Amino acid sequence: MNAVHGAAGPGAAGIAVFVLLFALTILLGASAGWRRGRTGRAAAETTEEWGLGGRSFGTWITWFLVGGDFYTAYTVIAVPALVYATGAYGFFALPYTIIVYPFVYAVMPRLWQVAKAGGHATAADIVRARTGSRALERVVAATGLLAILPYIALQLVGMRTVLGALGLPGEVPLVVAFTALAAYTWLGGLHAPAVTAFLKDVMIYVAVIAAVTVIPRHLGGYGAVFAEAGRHMRPAPAGHVLGAGQAVPYATLALSSALAAFLYPHTLTGVLAARNADTIRRNAVMLPAYTLLLGLIALLGLMAHAAGISTTHPNTIVPSLFLLVFPGWFAGFCLAAVAIGALVPAAVMAVGAANLLTRNLLPAPARAGTRAAQVMALLVKVAALGFVLLLDPLFAIDLQLLGGVWVLQTLPALVLGLLPLRLTPTGLLMGWAAGMAGGSFMVFADGLKPVHALHLGGQETVGVSTALLALLLNLLVALGVSLLARPTRRRAG
Amino acid sequence: MRRIAWLLLLLPCAGLLWVPFYDRPGPALLGFPFFYWYQLAWIPVTSVLIWLVWRLERA
Repeated sequence: MNAVHGAAGPGAAGIAVFVLLFALTILLGASAGWRRGRTGRAAAETTEEWGLGGRSFGTWITWFLVGGDFYTAYTVIAVPALVYATGAYGFFALPYTIIVYPFVYAVMPRLWQVAKAGGHATAADIVRARTGSRALERVVAATGLLAILPYIALQLVGMRTVLGALGLPGEVPLVVAFTALAAYTWLGGLHAPAVTAFLKDVMIYVAVIAAVTVIPRHLGGYGAVFAEAGRHMRPAPAGHVLGAGQAVPYATLALSSALAAFLYPHTLTGVLAARNADTIRRNAVMLPAYTLLLGLIALLGLMAHAAGISTTHPNTIVPSLFLLVFPGWFAGFCLAAVAIGALVPAAVMAVGAANLLTRNLLPAPARAGTRAAQVMALLVKVAALGFVLLLDPLFAIDLQLLGGVWVLQTLPALVLGLLPLRLTPTGLLMGWAAGMAGGSFMVFADGLKPVHALHLGGQETVGVSTALLALLLNLLVALGVSLLARPTRRRAG
Repeated sequence: MRRIAWLLLLLPCAGLLWVPFYDRPGPALLGFPFFYWYQLAWIPVTSVLIWLVWRLERA
């Protein structure tokens, strides 16, 4: 059933290359704190240093850090898997990761200024400062935490896929990888991924550029790749590339994903750690370079068909392609790139989640100091490991989908607070509740699908991103309640 | 001028969210169907547009 799965792993040379690069990354990251030296222990002891890199990252480090934690190992595994399974439809990740940057340019520099002025490190900090509502702060923090946990779990799933392809059996390699991740974040804080993101990105670029030049040559050029992949898909209606009824889901999923992308704790942490607002503007110009990489990675899903890989586990196609096409040592290099590609974002995610716990969710006595943040980051990772070991990985994927719907519901509280239009905290809170409840209900009612079918009179239905529908509900309720509440409050005040 | 510059940021959204405009196989470029190369082409275009807005904003 699987043409490649039974095939040999990358051999001793490949495993040696993999282990060497993986160990090097851990060492570089873990020692990031010491090598910075600066004022020695004092600097490393402050939470702002550990959790936000002291807000010191310039254009290039921010580029590597944000690029490195937005485009995760799960991207490298899951985007081609989706394209493999659904063809052109899976490509919605491309418009998503393009239109996200005009949004980043318009919104994030302002958010950075607000955060810098108030000493905020999380979305919930900002919301509390803007609205004065402790309840809103807590729900925004809890939503971020719920959304990030399955995301970390998926990084570990990605790592396990790669370790499996290397021929390392069982859960032992995963536990080793996890311990590595924990040590790396504990010692280095946000400096660890900032230093190693560079290594990771260069390796992923090399692996992917090699793949998209070498593989089509094996398969007879891109024309042949598209033609051959087309034969494995349900044919599109004449004159189209997408299937019937896929256009609206394609566009709305791209839009809702783009709006949600920088509301996650890990992406926001990367943005807030920038040195100044202009660093973020420059990055909005430069970050699309990663989208080019993503587009090429997505093509691997089509190449897998052309290469004759036939599997019911689409998540294995990228490792399978590497093993099929490259010599053992280079396959080892590529697999290491993906594994390190899981480590970097997982570390930023754990730091982002720890920031939420220590700053917004825990009672004051438990939140002091870097040690508390380190312990929280560790607990977050143990929870994510628990997900992977104890639950069906499918559950992590479903939860990640729900997480995407949920995290988008923090957009009104976080982003509309920047506009002159002032919604009341009660309105925002009720909008959030409506969006969360409505979104979760639709996702469950639809059998855990990201698209909800809307009935347009008669038999016609149109699929729309569930996250976007939930956001509309959220905005309507927030606006409605704010408008109703305002006049009475004025009269009372 | 600044206001108009900000409208440039909406171009990628319009160009990519109106799917019927590019949901077609031809004309192909270097073996890539139109659907694929059109979306890939928006990457450098978006970069340049954001850069332009940034320059105009500072001017």
